[in-house]
Amino acid sequence: MADRLSVIVVENDRDRALLIVDSLREAGDFDIHVIGEATGLGRRVKALSPDIVLIDISNPSRDMLEELALASGPMERPVAMFVDRSDDGMTKAAIEAGVSAYVVDGLNPKRLKPVLDAAIARFHLFQRMRTELIETKRALEERKVIDRAKGMLMRARGIDEEQAYALLRKAAMDQGKRVADVAQALVTAAGLLG
Amino acid sequence: MKNAVLSVGFIPLLDAAPLIVAQEMGFAAEEGITLDLVRAPSWSSLRDMLSYGRVEAAHMLSPVPVAAALGLGGTQAPLAAVSVLSVNGTVIGVSNALAERLRDGGHNFAFDDARGAGNALIRAAVPTLRIGVPFPFSMHAELLYYWLSALGLPAPQNVDIRTVPPSLMAQAIDAGEIDAFCVGEPWGSIAVENGVGSLLLPGAAIWACAPEKVLAVRSDWADTEPALLGRLIRAVWRAGRWLGDPASHTLAAELLARPLYLDLPAEILDRSLTGGLVISPRGEQRQTPGFIEFHSGAASFPWRSQAQWIGLQLASRTGLDRVASVKTAEGVFRSNLHRNALRQTSAELPAASSKIEGALGARTTLHAESGRITLNRDVFFDGRIFDPAQIER
Repeated sequence: MADRLSVIVVENDRDRALLIVDSLREAGDFDIHVIGEATGLGRRVKALSPDIVLIDISNPSRDMLEELALASGPMERPVAMFVDRSDDGMTKAAIEAGVSAYVVDGLNPKRLKPVLDAAIARFHLFQRMRTELIETKRALEERKVIDRAKGMLMRARGIDEEQAYALLRKAAMDQGKRVADVAQALVTAAGLLG
Repeated sequence: MKNAVLSVGFIPLLDAAPLIVAQEMGFAAEEGITLDLVRAPSWSSLRDMLSYGRVEAAHMLSPVPVAAALGLGGTQAPLAAVSVLSVNGTVIGVSNALAERLRDGGHNFAFDDARGAGNALIRAAVPTLRIGVPFPFSMHAELLYYWLSALGLPAPQNVDIRTVPPSLMAQAIDAGEIDAFCVGEPWGSIAVENGVGSLLLPGAAIWACAPEKVLAVRSDWADTEPALLGRLIRAVWRAGRWLGDPASHTLAAELLARPLYLDLPAEILDRSLTGGLVISPRGEQRQTPGFIEFHSGAASFPWRSQAQWIGLQLASRTGLDRVASVKTAEGVFRSNLHRNALRQTSAELPAASSKIEGALGARTTLHAESGRITLNRDVFFDGRIFDPAQIER
């Protein structure tokens, strides 16, 4: 169907790709393709000749798509970087969300908007999830280290858990450090001493 | 007083060194600025980060601001090149299979003869040659087009020059997607280290003085923040001078190797800083004096003629008007901003802002703004010269 927009999503994480596809489906009737691997990216995009390509900004393979902007080869329609030049706000929003869009030049921005809105919302969500995951992991790691340090102090000085934690907290305050850092130093030192 | 913070984007490559050193060795602090260094995942995203104001300045392939001025590669804000960050520093490498064919054909991998190596490459590569470069608008691509077409291998009929991000170059050659590459260090050495390729030539063998990376800012920012820009140019120039001293190489390699910056072994970075490259998985070594220049021969000076040369190459292969393109390109390398910023330092500044490219067969001493200045050899491998005053349609 000629006036269905074709959209390529470049994403190697399968779950993430599926989520993006789902959100695009909700936003409208698009012809969607997913490309998972970087190999021959430019060639494969060219073969599909899409209206829009969405790619994560942190993906180094994005540079491969720049070739398409030269409008050479079998794909005669020139591909412009990013969003239509009439809408700077949308471009900025996309950059902040970490998504880059390659758009066929001359595509009506009204038709592009729902696609990008959906993609941007999805990318924001991913960024939050990624940050949360990293933070949670770090908190867990730190708790493990603090527990080990507490155990060492309890054994070495014959004190209970509460006293051990109080000792760590005092040392941290005296040195202007975080409890987790003092605990880490203790665990490392104990490891060295054997 | 609190230092003004400038965000500066870079791509993890050896030639981001002047920016990293400016911050780490205190040259930025001396100028009362702090560089917030932002590592970018790709050239296109770094260009966009600069265009849309996410960073104030960026490590940039020298042809990118020129391409932007010519309207190539999408819509962007006008960019200005205010310093050359590095001269040369790229390598051309070939796959193991192609290296084998070159050796069978009698090529000795001398690493200094662009004509010999190019002819051998053309003989060995049948029917077409697929070469990876980091970006469509890069000195890598321009050097390859210049070199191969001068030797009678016209692109794009017989050469397929395609984009492969530097960090994926070794993987691409191993997977057989490309036969050869031209890439900035240390990514050529990494391909050798991984046993997937051999180095054929340094980029300097094609053009002895090719401006590789520039310090780029938005043109409007350059005009509205002249004081900050001056501090940035001076800090980066002093970092380049420090890097140009061989005594700095070991420390520079260690600094760059940090996880925050290149996150690669210091030993590999040291090879290209000293010009002593290991060129094949069998461990053969070649010494290339001036493999990469950060300082000597007024390396940091953005010559208008360099921008004009780039403009002419881009126009020739994209079918743009040559005279108009050269004229547009000229204004992208802002010699005057560089000059103004360095006038209060001990930097030697050339009397002119444009020169005939390719005319210096040896290091040459000329008149400077005050006193004298020594420029490095800048010949092209085929002996042609580029005179900006003599552009033909």
